[in-house]
Amino acid sequence: MKKTIHVSVNGVSHQSEVEPRMLLVHYLRDALNLTGTHIGCETSLCGACTVLVDGQAVKSCTLLAVQADGSKVTTIEGFTADGKLHPVQQGFWEHHGLQCGYCTPGMIVAAAQLLERNPDPTEEEIRHGLEGNLCRCTGYQHIVQAVQCAARKMKSKTAVPA
Amino acid sequence: MAEKLVGQRLKRTEDPRLIKGLAHYVDDIRLPDTLHAVFVRSIYAHARIKSVDVSAASKAPGVVAVYTGKDVSQKIGPVPCAAALPDLKVPDHRVLATSKVYFVGHPIAVVVAHDKYAAKDAADLIQVDYEELPVALDEEKAAQGGPVIHEQFGTNISYKLTAGEGDIEAALKSADKVIKQRILHRRLAPIAMEGRGVLARYYPGEQELTLWTSTQIPHLARTQVALMLGIPENKLRLIAPEVGGGFGSKLNVYAEEALLGWIAMQTGKPIKWIEGRRENIQATIHGRGQTGYIEIGFKKDGTITGFRYNVFADMGAYHQLLTPAIPTLTGLMLSGCYKIPAIQINVTGVFTNKMSTDAYRGAGRPEATFVIERAMDLVAADLGMDVVELRRKNFPAPSEFPFKTATGLFYDSGNYEGALKKALDMASYSKLREEQKQARKEGRLMGVGVSTYVEICAIGPSAATPAGGWESATVRVEPTGKVTILTGCSPHGQGEETSFAQIAADELGVDVNDVAVIHGDTAIVQYGIGTFGSRGLAVGGSAVYLALQKVKEKANKIAAHLLECDAQKVSFKDGKFSCSGKDGKQVTIQEVALTAYVAKNIPPDMEPGLAAIHFFEPKNFTFPFGTHIAVVELDRETGEIHFKRYVAVDDCGNVINPMLVDGQVQGGIVQSLGQALYEEVVYDEQGQLVSGTFMDYALPKASMVPWLELDRTETPTNVNPMGVKGVGEAGTIGATPAIVAAIVDALAPYGVRHIDMPIKPEHIWRIINQKKAGAA
Amino acid sequence: MIPAQFDYISAKSIDEAVTLLAKHKDDAKLLAGGHSLLPAMKLRLMQPKVLIDISRIKDLNYIREDKGQIRIGAMTTHFQIESSELLRRVCPLLRETASHLGDVQVRNRGTIGGSIAHADPAADWPAAILALDAEIIVAGGKGQRSIKADQFFEEMFKTALQPSEIVREIAFATPKGPGQAYLKFRHPASGFAVVGVAVSLSRDGSGKCQSAGVGITGVSPTPYRAKAVEDALKGSNLDTKSLSAAASHATGKIEVNSDLFASAEYRKHLAEVYTRRALEMAVSRTK
Repeated sequence: MKKTIHVSVNGVSHQSEVEPRMLLVHYLRDALNLTGTHIGCETSLCGACTVLVDGQAVKSCTLLAVQADGSKVTTIEGFTADGKLHPVQQGFWEHHGLQCGYCTPGMIVAAAQLLERNPDPTEEEIRHGLEGNLCRCTGYQHIVQAVQCAARKMKSKTAVPA
Repeated sequence: MAEKLVGQRLKRTEDPRLIKGLAHYVDDIRLPDTLHAVFVRSIYAHARIKSVDVSAASKAPGVVAVYTGKDVSQKIGPVPCAAALPDLKVPDHRVLATSKVYFVGHPIAVVVAHDKYAAKDAADLIQVDYEELPVALDEEKAAQGGPVIHEQFGTNISYKLTAGEGDIEAALKSADKVIKQRILHRRLAPIAMEGRGVLARYYPGEQELTLWTSTQIPHLARTQVALMLGIPENKLRLIAPEVGGGFGSKLNVYAEEALLGWIAMQTGKPIKWIEGRRENIQATIHGRGQTGYIEIGFKKDGTITGFRYNVFADMGAYHQLLTPAIPTLTGLMLSGCYKIPAIQINVTGVFTNKMSTDAYRGAGRPEATFVIERAMDLVAADLGMDVVELRRKNFPAPSEFPFKTATGLFYDSGNYEGALKKALDMASYSKLREEQKQARKEGRLMGVGVSTYVEICAIGPSAATPAGGWESATVRVEPTGKVTILTGCSPHGQGEETSFAQIAADELGVDVNDVAVIHGDTAIVQYGIGTFGSRGLAVGGSAVYLALQKVKEKANKIAAHLLECDAQKVSFKDGKFSCSGKDGKQVTIQEVALTAYVAKNIPPDMEPGLAAIHFFEPKNFTFPFGTHIAVVELDRETGEIHFKRYVAVDDCGNVINPMLVDGQVQGGIVQSLGQALYEEVVYDEQGQLVSGTFMDYALPKASMVPWLELDRTETPTNVNPMGVKGVGEAGTIGATPAIVAAIVDALAPYGVRHIDMPIKPEHIWRIINQKKAGAA
Repeated sequence: MIPAQFDYISAKSIDEAVTLLAKHKDDAKLLAGGHSLLPAMKLRLMQPKVLIDISRIKDLNYIREDKGQIRIGAMTTHFQIESSELLRRVCPLLRETASHLGDVQVRNRGTIGGSIAHADPAADWPAAILALDAEIIVAGGKGQRSIKADQFFEEMFKTALQPSEIVREIAFATPKGPGQAYLKFRHPASGFAVVGVAVSLSRDGSGKCQSAGVGITGVSPTPYRAKAVEDALKGSNLDTKSLSAAASHATGKIEVNSDLFASAEYRKHLAEVYTRRALEMAVSRTK
């Protein structure tokens, strides 16, 4: 019954035998011990489990590990690969965009996707873009500010001539 | 001089691990050979269990054990209720149901398997044969008759309680008018983003049990779980690791915590249970759940003469830790920020076939604030008086503090007018009223809601709490000069690792990064109470502050010894001790610390080391306050609600870290907005939970929330040494009445005076539509 | 949160998928983006024995215009539609619909074919494809056939697909202009449509309504084409009064859903208001 999958996670290649029903989030957390990706609901709504699969933000609770076969996955742990915080992580830190921290990894991954597609979002666009991520602590305002801050950081970075 | 950190928007020291995904919540802790537990829960609200067939499940692949109520109910003590009230009926609450189930989600059996997939598969094989029984669901009806849930009591009434001071009958009689209104507070699910979770490990050699559990109260939970399991408290180590939110739902002791510990002792292997979201909405405590009747008496000039609140409080099927105590907090806060000579609350606590209610952010106080604020608006509407003017008329002046209420409290300090004025200015209140007039002329439905609130925080003096209202702190300056703080107040998002470090860094003149705040592990931290009731800083922080003073006092003596100076002449600044009269000679706190541990050159008769412990007992609660103003416009065709403005001025006394305060207020307001507009745990007529997932239970999303315009006033308290009051629940308490008032105000042209929460667009549409039809 | 066991097969081609489907019959379910199926499986509301993954079939993923027809492969994701430059130019309705659908993560993964085959009565796509009078091209053991959108949705969660058929493509005539809109009243929890109205209309030389398609979702057990609204629009001058009059036919004799959030009476009312507003929005875009 088990299937063999090849997945690259945060730049590391893995070959694993998994039950077809194994959810990607369980694969990441339980097989690879990458516990930064969280589970907050059972109905694909809270976004705590958001990761990038081939550069696209997805809810890893709504993807089978077998569906990620051949893909490149980036989890929150992969956002600080070189030891430096990603601008979105910096924004969350500077603007107190988190309290209990549980929704935060998914929120950061979703925010990064948002800024990749729209480097200069309005407040409304940020709120709309984070609709797939629930936070119970912050009331979202500091998250909005964190994303705005990250946008500024990313812009000033790209403004520097290569 | 080094800049003081207290008062600064310091970035949180706990954040790096959280934003990198490297923190450890219960499910992130991995122990080899861990077993996994999955529960089988009742699908009926009330039923007799005829049989539980576990034979197929027991034989399923990967299954280690299956336990039912029969196996454990005599081996594990009852789930505790710490609330003590006269003649309180407390049902025997076992960790698994035995002969009957009382609510949907009531645990019946637990499957233990090598992995969670196998455990879930086996759980599906368990056959429970039920005989359905009639249900009691509505707290008001259940109090009056119908099916009795706990037969031994012969009634669904758990307790009745009357409280308040002043002659309420006379007060209402002397009024020019009395207004009555029925007000519902629906059931809410706290929904911490991390649900509950438990990991248990037993060390048979040491006979020690370690329990990692997502809790707000590690020490209280340790005591209670040890009692349930019949093991010595000092052989149970309870650890609250990273905790993903609580909002009161983890201020409790749950069946699963004791049961997992017991299973670890039976199997000798680590065992883990992680709550799913459906389980969370079914079987983690709910909040609110009151059907209330208010009566407010007033004079023609707007003076309030008396206020009565008769309330049926929905307990659910069992008493969890504080269930029956929550409505008593409602009683305490019925005076709001007004001078009311006579107040009475009559509580009827009622059992229903639902999950227990208990503390949810605000815990009884939002209900009080909501009813008194609604009452004030009803009075204003009746008198044709502006809602602000009426409030002002009944405020105590700053000079009247400490202010005694007819609910038996002394409000510590307050300047209600100050916060109100600031909020009115921010909102341009008179301009808003002009705008509203114009809008009404144009046929637009614009509303302005104002709530002036006061809350009871920093819970609390021990005399007024079920199990200790103090808090503890140990401060250790280690030999290298690093500072370790052990707080009994284990946080779960509040940022105490940062705010406590700010205090310590200022007091000891050390780098804030040299301060580590440790919490949540009962084997490391001295006994403490926990984080709830907006007490973390005001009580826990005060303990830290006072322990720091003790450390400084001792350090001062050592410094005097080293400086060969009279202790009185030693001064301490920026981490350095110096001796007045002996210019230039200094010794640092780090040097003092090393000296204290090397202990070759300390004053004779002095104990070596540099550490102190303090148990802080506050002499009163604190009473933060503020004004919230909501401005809405309603879509008159569809009833949809659009926020135009949201302004809040909160006063939580002195502020240690403004950024953290803003975060608490914002989060609280949005939970309040959820309660006002979206959230409701709904059981149908059979007691089935119909809002059991996020598909039906609506948490506010980013797009549903307006920009919040916030400011503060700062009126310190003298209840604690730093003059801080607490802010964790302010938003949840102040915002709900403002939002509801704004909608009611928008609908005032239709003669509407009150609408029950959650106010859905359909309610608004019906009001508009019916009046239209009526007029035609 | 944990699905029951099943076997998983990744189909390489449409033919293979059809063959597998014929072989496993009722035991099998097709897996596209998985955003309708997996949530149901996680709650064990569905427990198929076999999942046939068709999301990797390359020739089911495209958006193209061909001889006055827009053709969208069934495995095209919501996000691909939302971000399609071609659709932005020739059929902004689909882009607008996609942007209201679920959330970013769902749009990245979910597919149009998967969504319509699931036939959730509150899904967004059905409204748009009904308004566009699209055809659903399906592949089966006996080859391909085409089903008109208004014949496709039969009941709640039931389509005209035969057990061994798969959705291959959604095709429709290139709209005659930008007179389109999708307007949705979102359920605050699920994000699904309490009411969703899609409109695609055009004017003739004199400014009168030449063609009109109106699709409505969320309102009844099956999404439907509001033919009475369309008929009322055709030939009208599309002024406020005529739009209002047309919108009053939004539900007609349709069975209207009732739930915790919105009663049938309210939903019916919302359908009329949202239809009128969607029409107004579409008309404003024709100018």
